[in-house]
Amino acid sequence: MSAASNAGHASGHDAHAHDAAHGDHGESHGSFKGYITGFVLSVILTAIPFALVMGDVLGNDRLTGLVIMGFAVVQIVVHMIYFLHMNTKSEGGWTILALIFTLTLVIITLTGSLWVMYHLNTNMMPMHMHTR
Amino acid sequence: MFSNPDLQKLLFGRLTLDAVPLHEPILLVTFAMVGLGGIAVLGALTYFRLWGTLWRDWFTSVDHKKIGIMYIVLALVMLLRGFADALMMRAQQAMAFGDVEGYLPPHHYDQIFTAHGVIMIFFVAMPLVTGLMNFVVPLQIGARDVAFPFLNNFSFWMTVSGAVTVMASLFVGEFARTGWLAYPPLSGPAMSPGVGVDYYIWALQIAGIGTLLSGINLIATIVKMRAPGMSMMKMPVFTWTALCTNILIVAAFPILTAVLALLSLDRYVGTHFFSNDLGGNPMMYVNLIWIWGHPEVYILILPAFGVFSEIVSTFSSKRLFGYASMVYATVVITILSYLVWLHHFFTMGSGASVNSFFGITTMIISIPTGAKIFNWLFTMYKGRIRFEVPMLWTVGFMVTFTIGGMTGVLLAVPPADFVLHNSLFLIAHFHNVIIGGVLFGMLAGITYWFPKAFGFKLDEFWGKVSFWFWLTGFWFAFAPLYVLGLMGVTRRVQHFDDPSLQIWFVIAAFGALLILCGIASFAMTLVVSFIRRDQLRDTTGDPWGGRTLEWATSSPPPDYNFAFTPVIHDHDAWWDMKKRGYSRPLHGFKAIHMPKNTATGLILGVLSIIFSFAMIWYIWWLAAFSFLVIAVVSIGHTFNYNRDFYIPADEVIRTEGQRTALMAERV
Repeated sequence: MSAASNAGHASGHDAHAHDAAHGDHGESHGSFKGYITGFVLSVILTAIPFALVMGDVLGNDRLTGLVIMGFAVVQIVVHMIYFLHMNTKSEGGWTILALIFTLTLVIITLTGSLWVMYHLNTNMMPMHMHTR
Repeated sequence: MFSNPDLQKLLFGRLTLDAVPLHEPILLVTFAMVGLGGIAVLGALTYFRLWGTLWRDWFTSVDHKKIGIMYIVLALVMLLRGFADALMMRAQQAMAFGDVEGYLPPHHYDQIFTAHGVIMIFFVAMPLVTGLMNFVVPLQIGARDVAFPFLNNFSFWMTVSGAVTVMASLFVGEFARTGWLAYPPLSGPAMSPGVGVDYYIWALQIAGIGTLLSGINLIATIVKMRAPGMSMMKMPVFTWTALCTNILIVAAFPILTAVLALLSLDRYVGTHFFSNDLGGNPMMYVNLIWIWGHPEVYILILPAFGVFSEIVSTFSSKRLFGYASMVYATVVITILSYLVWLHHFFTMGSGASVNSFFGITTMIISIPTGAKIFNWLFTMYKGRIRFEVPMLWTVGFMVTFTIGGMTGVLLAVPPADFVLHNSLFLIAHFHNVIIGGVLFGMLAGITYWFPKAFGFKLDEFWGKVSFWFWLTGFWFAFAPLYVLGLMGVTRRVQHFDDPSLQIWFVIAAFGALLILCGIASFAMTLVVSFIRRDQLRDTTGDPWGGRTLEWATSSPPPDYNFAFTPVIHDHDAWWDMKKRGYSRPLHGFKAIHMPKNTATGLILGVLSIIFSFAMIWYIWWLAAFSFLVIAVVSIGHTFNYNRDFYIPADEVIRTEGQRTALMAERV
């Protein structure tokens, strides 16, 4: 898509030169080491929750669930740094701005839905009401 | 058809000849009319030898201008379908009182109101907005195309595929009878076992892919491809609203996709996300779909605000009042639109604290919207206002939309909403803001940018006729619904017992007929303008005394938009250039690097129609096969390196030379 996207600019460069010089917009495309680090971290962060469930290490379903969610959040961060190459400077700060916006919306959606549905259940579920 | 039922089931799923509704006289007439119309169009295309042009210059085009125009053509065609549904509903409700049953049986009436809502939102309002943004944004920021030209063509064809899928439900099988958001449990497998809801799901999923991708495309275009010197705070207001709208699209549409995917799991593989069993909860569907649905409202209205901002300042010959406050208001609306979704279901059973939180956020969001109205009024204040057709739409909008906004704030008060929820008052309110806001905005935008797209202005007389019919028709059609709503009449009712209500429905039907005249006059505008195109010709490229960059190039613009990328010093870039005595560069033209046309988008669109049709009718082999072909074609396209070319310098010199001659001729 690179040649097509650059076609919008006035440049008179050769199309293939564009393909070759793909990194000249300042975004980092990562290194072999970066990808391996990310991969190894992801495997570890997946293996631990798997072991926790299979071995029933913690002996408490609710606690296990919370721990798994914690690992999941850490893994999201790993993916963003090593696979999506996000940092505070890439693309002139646009990626971090997009991330902040995304986080805001995800938090609004999750907390909002939990709040709304919880409230609904306490009001609407007959077993919670002291009838008669 | 087959003696072996198993074989037939394997080959055709649940599709049988009975699925073609030949027993319904209304549909039969529609069949005949669509068939005759289709034959007439195909015949005309063949007679005038337009197939080659259509294929080479339009269907396979990756030019943002042509794709934008095709989006708008799609929207206008679908408007006719959606409006036909509206007329049928108005006629049914005006006559079905007491012993008279009307002409639409309930199962047909229910399909019609569902199709009307789905078509008007997804296949009229959305393509109008996307089409206008596609056409205008690259021109306003001085770019040669969007960031991903092929993706743009693909998005368009996905939208068309969704529209075709909805239209197919008219002729093969049925459409959903659930209302436009298909709430479970009504839309679940137990209550809607037929194909209607599946048509709904797949049409929206396919069109949703197109919408999402075009959102990403336009964000990338606006962020990365602005002309040098155009900082964020020098962008035209329409581009700002387009940016915010596309951010909303990218953030909100995945939620719709996920909700519909969960609903399809309930329907196809028997999960219980939205049933009452096994921990499922239908209310969760309502909650999630409105987290998409409310931002969707702003996706539609923000670009309309952008259009009005451009028109008000152009036709008042004044800089837009409060540019910065306009931008901040747009951004604030973008964020706040995610904090109000529960006002669509105050009556669902949450307690006072939840309802008051969302009631208050809803009232807060009206503040930036109100600020915009004042900005437009102050722009007009002491301006030299020219009441041409786009300005008429703008003033009509300001009056109509303000009243619609006020009824919205009324509905935002939870206790009032408990009385008005699900009533015709609500119907009147959202038609008031969608017709008075989005539709007026898009018609204003079409009138405003038409000379840019085709090189001649639209006929003023018929434009005014159309405006006045739309405006009066709107009020005749929906003011009675406010009254009925306050009397407690609910929506989606096919038959009434109380004869005292009938007069209001008759008035509303009369209003719908006035709107019909408005649509006919709009069609008349197009025809008359085409006939008179030589008198209406725009040779300058700047027919209205415009202020933003799109008026700097010729009408219609050359394929490459700008021979040289302009340099920007002010947010009314073209006005600034005119003021500083800008003269067009006349030599030094170079070859221009452009993206090449491709048919892949259209092919993928057709394959998607086949795939969704197979999924709807349980023709599993065809679904698997078409999905495989989609994957192969998509991956195959990534190996297509023959995707760009150069417009030779000679051709640029010739095109620009023609323009120079044209402008000299006029002086």
